[in-house]
Amino acid sequence: MSRKMLYRHAIREALDEELARDENVVVMGEEVAQYNGAYKVTEGLWEKWGCKRMVDTPISEAGFIGMGIGASMLGVRPVMELMFWSFHSVAFDQLVNNAACVRYMSGGLINVPIVVRGPANGGTNVGATHSHIPEGLFAAFPGLKVCAPATPADAKGLMKAAIRDNDPVYVMENTLLYGTEGEVPDPSEGDHVVPLGKADVKREGSDLSLIAHGRSVLHCLAAAETLQSEHGISAEVLDLRSIRPLDQEAILETVRKTNRAVLVDESKGFGGVSAMVSHLIQEHAFDYLDAPITRVTTLDAPAIYSPHVENDQLPNPKRIVEKVLQSS
Amino acid sequence: MSLASADSPQLDFAGSPVNQSLSADDKIHLFREMTRIRRFEQASLKMYNKGVMGGFLHLYIGQESVAVGTVSLRGKNDHFITAYRDHGHALALGMSMNECMAELYGKATGCSKGKGGSMHYFAPDKGFWGGHGIVGGQTPLGLGLAYGLKYKELEGCAMCYLGDGAVNQGAYHESLNLAALFELPIVYVIENNGYSMGTSQKRSSSFRGCLAQRAEGYDMEWDLVDGSDLYQVRAKANIAMERARKESKPSIIEIATYRYYGHSVADANAKKYRTPAEIEKYKKNHDPIRLWEQRLLDEGVLTEEKSKEIDNAAKEEAAASIEFAEKSDPPTVEAIMDDVYWESDHNTEASKIGRHFFND
Repeated sequence: MSRKMLYRHAIREALDEELARDENVVVMGEEVAQYNGAYKVTEGLWEKWGCKRMVDTPISEAGFIGMGIGASMLGVRPVMELMFWSFHSVAFDQLVNNAACVRYMSGGLINVPIVVRGPANGGTNVGATHSHIPEGLFAAFPGLKVCAPATPADAKGLMKAAIRDNDPVYVMENTLLYGTEGEVPDPSEGDHVVPLGKADVKREGSDLSLIAHGRSVLHCLAAAETLQSEHGISAEVLDLRSIRPLDQEAILETVRKTNRAVLVDESKGFGGVSAMVSHLIQEHAFDYLDAPITRVTTLDAPAIYSPHVENDQLPNPKRIVEKVLQSS
Repeated sequence: MSLASADSPQLDFAGSPVNQSLSADDKIHLFREMTRIRRFEQASLKMYNKGVMGGFLHLYIGQESVAVGTVSLRGKNDHFITAYRDHGHALALGMSMNECMAELYGKATGCSKGKGGSMHYFAPDKGFWGGHGIVGGQTPLGLGLAYGLKYKELEGCAMCYLGDGAVNQGAYHESLNLAALFELPIVYVIENNGYSMGTSQKRSSSFRGCLAQRAEGYDMEWDLVDGSDLYQVRAKANIAMERARKESKPSIIEIATYRYYGHSVADANAKKYRTPAEIEKYKKNHDPIRLWEQRLLDEGVLTEEKSKEIDNAAKEEAAASIEFAEKSDPPTVEAIMDDVYWESDHNTEASKIGRHFFND
């Protein structure tokens, strides 16, 4: 039996279950403990688990993320919150040179079982410094794994997989999804773990494939409704869920089925996730394509503040419908 | 430079308990370890200049007493981490010359299978966590080792070495605050050789007293050490290490030392930003190995013959490591793709789901 749950509560349940499962799991970050989380994702966990397992850190991303990486080399399994993934820039050396490369440079003697999580999205009128969407950026570094759940069930399941993984996994959440609701399997039905590297068809369709991840999946589902009801176009929606590892087979399968692909990606076009997906489709399913692959990405400028137009900079159902109709 | 050493009169630290407990063999062992490091470095420089290896080579010659003195205090749960000038720490911690030299040669028999190079030696089984290339980048990692000890309720200490050039990196200052705030068992060891590459301390750092004294801003203990005196290195490092182990409190110790060569062998101006007279003065008056040797001769612990024998053995060991490295095979091209992900290396279920690698 599943229950309706908010995205933020699904993540909290994942953290709570993993804190109970493994005594080496420790949640750390700015305001995660006594403040109950800047977005209430960790609400109640400090009260339940105490100061050893729920650790408030000062505003020192390079310091505490590096500390978590070092601790993980000794078998601690830190789950570290970046209040915004945008703050990756002040901890980049730790996130890349240390987390991604130390295993390789040691010839496999060391591994770094950490999770870094937090929201990575635009759309909240906080300007360019707080609106970076770096999943494509980090997926470009071998040694790292990246996922971006769109639904509460996937958020819980992917978080649990990330914590159990023995490599560094960066989970990209979304502040605009924290308050969304969805079905999440009940713990009494067993451990709900969604493996990294497995995409999910969120809507079946036959005329074209909308391929997305994160909040863009919801936009695709809304656009698919409009396309069906107003234009008679049947769109399939594939949710990548995991960026690296990437479910290439699922991507090719939907393209082979519909013969048309529109990629929707909140990253920018240059080097974004959709650029990689597009490459894989043309390389492995070229003969199945009836039209060029098209994309709806965030308009290629730093994130604008203005609440009047920020939504138009990002992928949204209207832009997706227009793109599909233009290329039909 | 803030030098504890220079030419000022010094206290005699031979009488400190941690030094009084040293047997004659222990003292000779310290001499042997410093000598081995120097001979290894000289051998690697010779081969580097022949063009047989790539990359950088940051030599430890002149600083041997720091690694050997501090490592000699190693306890069961102690961990060590340093930056890119890492050969001395590696050898002192028990890594073999063979695996270290082979790594310089980029051979599969190297300590990191030829994947790390000079700046990235590791031996977790010996408590050595690298070998890190970015200045100051290892300072939060060292903090994490201390965090791990405390989290697992083990009595131990994390030794995190950095150069005087690293003390102005933000990550280091964030680490100091966290170390004091969380009361973590760590000792930050500033190996102050006076120069951050070609920029002297005077031109790179603003400070009151000495670099370690910045600890006061973080409510942390600190000390200043003359690196040319091995007894002093041990005596003062021991206090900081015991503070970490017994009280779970961090410290900074600044050890005044000197490097005889450039920042790396690629340092084209190594002989321009320092006068030859300055380098000669250190070699003549402050060389940690010669001073230790003289001390042991004076104490009657060491003889000239024994000293020569140890030196010859170190030279032979270094020569043998060159032979080992030269005879070893390089990594295969296929090996490039190993050691990226733990899950893939172990062929786990997780590694079989989705595409992990994107080679066309």
